[in-house]
Amino acid sequence: MLWVDKYRPKTLDKVTVHDQIAQNLRKLVSEQDCPHLLFYGPSGSGKKTLILALIKQMFGAGAEKTGTRTLELELAMLSSAHHVEMNPSDAGFQDRYVVQEVIKEMAKNRPIDAKGKRAFKVLVLNEVDKLSREAQHSLRRTMEKYSSSCRLILCCNSSSKVTEAVRSRCLNVRVNAPSEDQIIQVLEFIGKKENLHLPAGFAARIAAQSNRNLRRAILFFETCKVQQYPFTSNQVAPPLDWEQYVSEIATDILTEQSPKRLYAVRQKFYELLVNCIPPETILKKLLAELMKKLDADLKHEICRWAAHYVSKQSGNNFAVSRSTHLYQFSWVRCQFLLLVSIQVL
Amino acid sequence: MAPLVPASQPWVEKYRPRQVKDVAHQEEVIRVLTNTLQTADLPHMLFYGPPGTGKTTTALAIAHQLYGPELYKSRVLELNASDDRGINVVRTKIKDFAAIAVGSQKKAGYPCPPYKIIILDEADSMTEDAQNALRRTMETYSKVTRIIEPLASRCAKFRFKPLSEEVMSNRIMHICNEEGLNLDAQALSTLSAISQGDLRRAITYLQSAARLYGSSISSSDLISVSGVIPEDVVKSLLAACRSGEFDVMNKEVSNIIADGYPVSQLISQFLDVIVSADDIPDEQKARICRKLGETDKCLVDGADEYLQLLDVASETIRALFNMPQGLVF
Repeated sequence: MLWVDKYRPKTLDKVTVHDQIAQNLRKLVSEQDCPHLLFYGPSGSGKKTLILALIKQMFGAGAEKTGTRTLELELAMLSSAHHVEMNPSDAGFQDRYVVQEVIKEMAKNRPIDAKGKRAFKVLVLNEVDKLSREAQHSLRRTMEKYSSSCRLILCCNSSSKVTEAVRSRCLNVRVNAPSEDQIIQVLEFIGKKENLHLPAGFAARIAAQSNRNLRRAILFFETCKVQQYPFTSNQVAPPLDWEQYVSEIATDILTEQSPKRLYAVRQKFYELLVNCIPPETILKKLLAELMKKLDADLKHEICRWAAHYVSKQSGNNFAVSRSTHLYQFSWVRCQFLLLVSIQVL
Repeated sequence: MAPLVPASQPWVEKYRPRQVKDVAHQEEVIRVLTNTLQTADLPHMLFYGPPGTGKTTTALAIAHQLYGPELYKSRVLELNASDDRGINVVRTKIKDFAAIAVGSQKKAGYPCPPYKIIILDEADSMTEDAQNALRRTMETYSKVTRIIEPLASRCAKFRFKPLSEEVMSNRIMHICNEEGLNLDAQALSTLSAISQGDLRRAITYLQSAARLYGSSISSSDLISVSGVIPEDVVKSLLAACRSGEFDVMNKEVSNIIADGYPVSQLISQFLDVIVSADDIPDEQKARICRKLGETDKCLVDGADEYLQLLDVASETIRALFNMPQGLVF
């Protein structure tokens, strides 16, 4: 079992990083009912962990026995007697159907075995920010009308993409990314449990490398363990290969600005896209890499264009148009750098 | 529907007015509607206004007052955005419902006029085709509905206005009394301010805060529940921009994103801070505001939050230090 799963807190009492939120959630559960909830925060901050722990607290061990089933729509979901978890945006352009038919049908039916415990069941919807606008609109009335038999727990990365109407019907729970100190604590805790000796500063280095993403930090930690144990004091986790690739691209762009180099860079972009790295992620990483090596004036310009192209390419989902935009993007960048270098000369 | 467990009902539903006359703050609308209710002669109606002002509530209340609970099921068809409302539904479901003649049975105490009501909630999210298909149905079979121009011209229009702070406070105090909550004056004004005339939002916040923090609620509890960003976060972003250092600003932006604050909210609060700042000249303010507007559009379109915020902050620096506009290709 991966450490990420092994050391995931199973109950609200054991949550260490977000103890304040956990405490509030416990209070919610101890009263007989709970409102709809919307968890938002960056990835690897512990949203899912909190949700699972909350459900466990509500329904007891019964919620742990989950099985998967598939709908006619190729939509996988995870369900127990008390809760159903699914990712409606996986259905792509059919997400409205999922919300209107599947979710509504589930919300309508009252749970059979109430046993005086709780008279509602819980629907966990992941990545609601990726739902289309129509689908989000369809959620609105479902949330009100069937509130007696069903509670929705929504989970998303950015709450800006969730419509106001849905947000105002939920209790919003902001899950912030753990600070580096907290990550260090967790890593030290895991190290103690696994009987590992951590050299001084080792945990701190992993925490710094993880970008405040706890999941990534734990994965890095495990990679290091596999790579070499006992740890040496200057050991670093190998960077992800696509990240390395992007930083190569950045160096390429910076060293030479010519049509030939542009062609080569474009090839590399296609390579990354073919390997299913989302363009947004590539752009962000590339931006970060370029930032390291540029002077202040250029930074403003580059981040403006990055924002511009990201907003252009979102909205349509086709790899083709994405790569066109990327192409355009790198073109503009190269051209810009060319211009600047000429000016400097 | 099976009887509800009273505790597990959202307060928004629990305190939804059941009678037209109980709807808060919409005097003109109510005056007209109570008259029409007495004569039981209803035109097609189009309700419009910002969210949380009582449109759905009024429509439901009219239907209930006309027919009473027993006839309600057979006389009223309620369709909202959670139902499929493509052109097919308009052509079949709505038309069929509208075409069936009604019996003349009456219930004591209710007017029970000899027509049916169709409530189309959130009609603006219907497809244009479906709205077009509605036109003929509305004329041939006469009902309540809400917006393409041909539809609007067939309806009596009722505008719902945002609730004033005073009305809102009254309503909130009423609920607080019923639920045994303790709300001080400061918390009450905070609640009115953050919900911006939307009563539903105010009630949801109130209920959430009551669940989390027990029966006495302070204004900071309400702020944490509502997802409004604390003032000092916004201030520190502006301070970082004032420093003029890109890297300082970049670090601040990364921290804000890592803390998970919603950027759309941050931008609107940032706007307030910029506009109210006395030491920034108007020209710079205008430049920043323009950027904020563009960014808001990008966010609505679903662009990445980190990059957009970085862009805003960078433009702010440029404006504050009178750097030239970026190149345009």
